[in-house]
Amino acid sequence: MVEQEGIRRYVAHFILWIGIAIVAFPVYLAIVASTQETGVIANGQMSLLPGGEFLKVYYQTIFVGTSGSTREPVGTMMFNSLVMAMLIAVGKIAISIISAYAIVYFRFPFRMPIFWLIFITLMLPVEVRIYPTYKIVADLHMLDSYAGLALPLIASATATLLFRQFFMTVPDELLEASRIDGAGPFRFFWDTLLPLSRTNMAALFVILFILGWNQYLWPLLITTRDDMQTIQIGIRKMITTTDALTEWPVVMATAVLAMLPPVFVVVVMQKLFVRGLVETEK
Amino acid sequence: MQKNAIFQSKLLPYALVAPQLAIVLIFFYWPAAQAVFQSFLQQDAFGLSTTFVWFENYRDLLSQPDYFATILRTFGFSFAIAVSSLSFALLLAVMADKPLRGGTLYRTLLIWPYAVAPPVVGVLWIFMLHPSLGVLSRYLRALGVDWNPLLDGDQAALLIIVAAAWKQISYNFLFFLAGLQGIPKSVIEAAAIDGARPMRRFWTVIFPLLSPTIFFLLVVNIVYAFFDTFGIIDTMTRGGPGKSTETLVYKVYTDGLLGGNLGGSAAQSVILMVIVIMLTAIQFRFVERKVTY
Repeated sequence: MVEQEGIRRYVAHFILWIGIAIVAFPVYLAIVASTQETGVIANGQMSLLPGGEFLKVYYQTIFVGTSGSTREPVGTMMFNSLVMAMLIAVGKIAISIISAYAIVYFRFPFRMPIFWLIFITLMLPVEVRIYPTYKIVADLHMLDSYAGLALPLIASATATLLFRQFFMTVPDELLEASRIDGAGPFRFFWDTLLPLSRTNMAALFVILFILGWNQYLWPLLITTRDDMQTIQIGIRKMITTTDALTEWPVVMATAVLAMLPPVFVVVVMQKLFVRGLVETEK
Repeated sequence: MQKNAIFQSKLLPYALVAPQLAIVLIFFYWPAAQAVFQSFLQQDAFGLSTTFVWFENYRDLLSQPDYFATILRTFGFSFAIAVSSLSFALLLAVMADKPLRGGTLYRTLLIWPYAVAPPVVGVLWIFMLHPSLGVLSRYLRALGVDWNPLLDGDQAALLIIVAAAWKQISYNFLFFLAGLQGIPKSVIEAAAIDGARPMRRFWTVIFPLLSPTIFFLLVVNIVYAFFDTFGIIDTMTRGGPGKSTETLVYKVYTDGLLGGNLGGSAAQSVILMVIVIMLTAIQFRFVERKVTY
């Protein structure tokens, strides 16, 4: 047994709590600020303890929005973010799992070139081809639409690779057995492969949902209508105007609302989250 | 790569890959090819005619001292963010790797910032360190620091680096913890029996065994700093004051918004692509080595 006793253990606890404090403090401050009055914060007199405006501020944020810079209620923005995140997560999983199935379980001409075409997309995030992509989405009349928000972000290979890797580990006997039972490619996929992939799909879903919810540059470019804004875009527009006019409690309430769903997912589905993170990064 | 047991079908596999292939071709290859193509073109002032100019756009771009400064700044930011975030996360991971009471609670409390979006990170930090109303700015001024990141370029850069590193702590922590837990306890115990004290054990045994993880994270963090800092910069400083927080991605974005020089914008995108491909290639090479280490 390696020595672990005494003072070292206390030092470890101490350092970890300092780390937690550093990580949590900015968020604590946001929560506190979202319960105070605009004037008090603008004066730089903000208290470090929660104020009494919680209900008022959050009601205004969710149902009304700021009174100046963006009149769009944050509730609408959250709905847009939710739709976009779900489309990205579900869409990517759906198209990836079937193409991985084709690549692993069928032999057909151009199989490898197709695999490489998909694989190479891993290399380039949407940021480096942002304006040409914008132009294509505009030409397809998909600006200010959910399809325009989600489709370009679905074009990447991570999920395909993951499913391919997983399918390779599925024993051949399973396929032979279901073939003896008279199952065709659809039955095998639906009754055998899909149930086996459930954990992988869930882990991937968690990661993709967070990534989708947190998208910024792409929605910033292609949404022009206020009612199509995602929450990440809304929050920036709220602090656009000169400092004096920024309604900080509303901004901070929006920040808290923007953090809530993904943080909730990480904390509640921690196992799946860690698994998804480690597997998509390989 | 392929199973022995497979299905026979002529058309079905194409139908199965079709949706992904269509999306990848329309939203990935087509725009990427256009960026490359446009980077060789030059439009006249009225946008009426275009000429093929080979590498002139690139030559123009690279001869601008401004652009060169942005490249250097981006790499500077990346290393500063990566090194500060990695070292702090490693310290936390080493502490959390000990058999402590409440170990899983610590992990939960440290990993959630992964889920905070970059623009939200920007808003949180600018609020905290805003020159006129920031809570921490009060203390900085009390300490005699003339704190104003909205006017002082160096302070703005520092603010971006700290905020970006903050967000990345949880990610690095998670991978370091996994890396530490993958080191066989017997190795550490052997070193302890040989009389190595904890500090020495860390530097001579644990740190070298962790080096694949460190290298992997270094690349991931640099890529993160290239791209995901966009949201942080855009909500905090908008690239300013002056150009003191303008990164390559931010420059592509602002130059594109201004419109005008299409070829120059495209050339910028292509340079960015080349940098990312190089980083990814380094990462892939390394991942292969990691398997055998």
